[in-house]
Amino acid sequence: MRKKQMIYLLFFLILLLAPFYLTEFRLALLGKFLCYAIIAVGICLIWGYTGILSLGHGVYFGIGAYCMAMYLKLEASKGALPDFMEWNGVQELPWFWKLFFNPFFSIMAAIFVPAMLAAVLGMLTFKNRIKGVYFSLLSQAVVVVVVTLLIAKQDFTGGTNGLTNFSTVFGFSLSSPMVQIVLYAITVFALFAIFMLSVWITKSRLGHVLIAIRDGENRLRFLGFDPAVFKVFIYSLSASFAGIAGALFVLQVGLISPSMMDIIPSIEMVLWVAIGGRHSLFGAIIGAILTNGAKSFFSETYPDVWLFCLGILFILIVVFFPKGIAGLFEAFPKRFTKFFEKGVKKGESDSVVS
Amino acid sequence: MSIFVSQLFNGLSLGSIMLLIALGLAITFGLMNVINMAHGELIMVGAYATYVMQLIFSKYLPESLFNYYYFIAIPISFLVASFIGYLLEKGIIRFLYNRPTDSLLATWGISLILQQIARSIFGAPNVAVVAPAWMDGGLQIFGITLPYKRLLILTLSIVCIALLYYYLNKTSTGLRIRAVTMNRNMASCLGISTRKIDSLGFALGAGLAGIAGCSLTLLGPIGPTIGTYYIVDAFMVVILGGIGGLKGTIIGAFGIGMLSTVVEYSFGATMAKVIVFAVIILFLQWKPLGIFSYRTRALD
Repeated sequence: MRKKQMIYLLFFLILLLAPFYLTEFRLALLGKFLCYAIIAVGICLIWGYTGILSLGHGVYFGIGAYCMAMYLKLEASKGALPDFMEWNGVQELPWFWKLFFNPFFSIMAAIFVPAMLAAVLGMLTFKNRIKGVYFSLLSQAVVVVVVTLLIAKQDFTGGTNGLTNFSTVFGFSLSSPMVQIVLYAITVFALFAIFMLSVWITKSRLGHVLIAIRDGENRLRFLGFDPAVFKVFIYSLSASFAGIAGALFVLQVGLISPSMMDIIPSIEMVLWVAIGGRHSLFGAIIGAILTNGAKSFFSETYPDVWLFCLGILFILIVVFFPKGIAGLFEAFPKRFTKFFEKGVKKGESDSVVS
Repeated sequence: MSIFVSQLFNGLSLGSIMLLIALGLAITFGLMNVINMAHGELIMVGAYATYVMQLIFSKYLPESLFNYYYFIAIPISFLVASFIGYLLEKGIIRFLYNRPTDSLLATWGISLILQQIARSIFGAPNVAVVAPAWMDGGLQIFGITLPYKRLLILTLSIVCIALLYYYLNKTSTGLRIRAVTMNRNMASCLGISTRKIDSLGFALGAGLAGIAGCSLTLLGPIGPTIGTYYIVDAFMVVILGGIGGLKGTIIGAFGIGMLSTVVEYSFGATMAKVIVFAVIILFLQWKPLGIFSYRTRALD
């Protein structure tokens, strides 16, 4: 256990020192990937630990990003109407935009609006014992609904272009490298805090209940637990992680549009976790960074090949390495020790009930 | 009156398209508990098979035959799509039984690959399939025009339902498919090879997707992403319908088709999507397993 904690600390230290050894461009990329890693931690909690496959995390990411972007947009237009509203012939700022003049409200909204939406969806589905692929498909339908709404209401949301052209945050210029480094550091700390919170949750009694839900929901029900409550809680928590990631994303990338939260990006988020190892929170972080690194490398050089790779990766990981990279690391030492302990069989299940 | 009839017809027409798309999904989902995310791409395969047939007929065969190419294209797209479906089942999906959410992800990977293959063969832009001249125009009833193309799709879906009903209820392989759908272990005990039935069922579902693709060529140009446009709605049909045989899928498809045309007429296309989704979620509060489902005492 000690060794594992050392590795975590070292990893975050390396991330924190990145501004000293990476160029500005690479640092911006890494900052973006770390936002994705935050989403991956949330997905790992619900998928790897609780067994809920959500294909709709793009929505929560997007809502978080839009909440932050609305504040930035208002600050950039300096009291006037945002530019896209003028183009669409909107005369007055709609009431819900006015709320976002307040930065504190915007940040809170980026965290809690996704959580509330997730809680509502969770209440309506988990209470009725809608689970497995049924839930996955419903969460995917939410993506379609939200994306069509965002595109159609373009006078309030900016349509397909989304929200962009920001200038300052809290009065600091977003284009200055120093501000970007500070934002990067905030992202690292957010990832660290969320990762630690998730590790703590999985180690606690709550974590054991979550794993029990994954492995035998009905048995847990017989033991007197109500799985729906736990599922709604963890799903909302994971959605708020995605919201935080969205807010940090928009600060660093300076753009959010419906195409970043559509069906394909939402499923890609699941792929990061699958590649990193769905049962390992740390694996999810590594998976998100590696996959996106590979993506930006491949789509810079061969854009066509990337989709092929993505598809093949998906199939290979799911069919042959369901535990992902983390699974490989766990398997190697075990195989190594097994080699020396030949003939000694231990740790085998003695139960006929699987 | 004419508004009512045209709305009714539009609803039926949309419902019949949904039905064609959802039928194959419902069969594979009911049979193997596998949601086939590549279903949309099998639709695309059917659509491109029709496109290729049209090219062959217009280039190599006498012009008088062109009027009938569509009737050849239907079985061809069925066969091509079901062959690809069979390969997928044999190659990948059979490793993923008992892991429903994993099979969902793997089939999504397949769908990406199929899309990319289509893009490299036929190019990224959409291609138009020229329908035979006799399909233009429509039937005049109550002062409105019912396009022949939409009538043809409606007929096609009715024929598919009839054939499928006959196949699943009267033929021995069809009965086996139903038996495995209802109770896999029991069917297996009675000597049915569930392995063979799975491949067969998957090929059948894929073939139905091919027919759906063939019918979509009548509605507009086709491209590598044609399937993704319809697929989420088709999933909703399957969830709403439940896995209790064809009835649920039929009612689900026409229900969603009717509802979205009516809502679209009064609130616009965007609100239609939102309202239809809300109605589905509310309906699931009442019947979480869909309209029809097999009653069983088993918990897991």
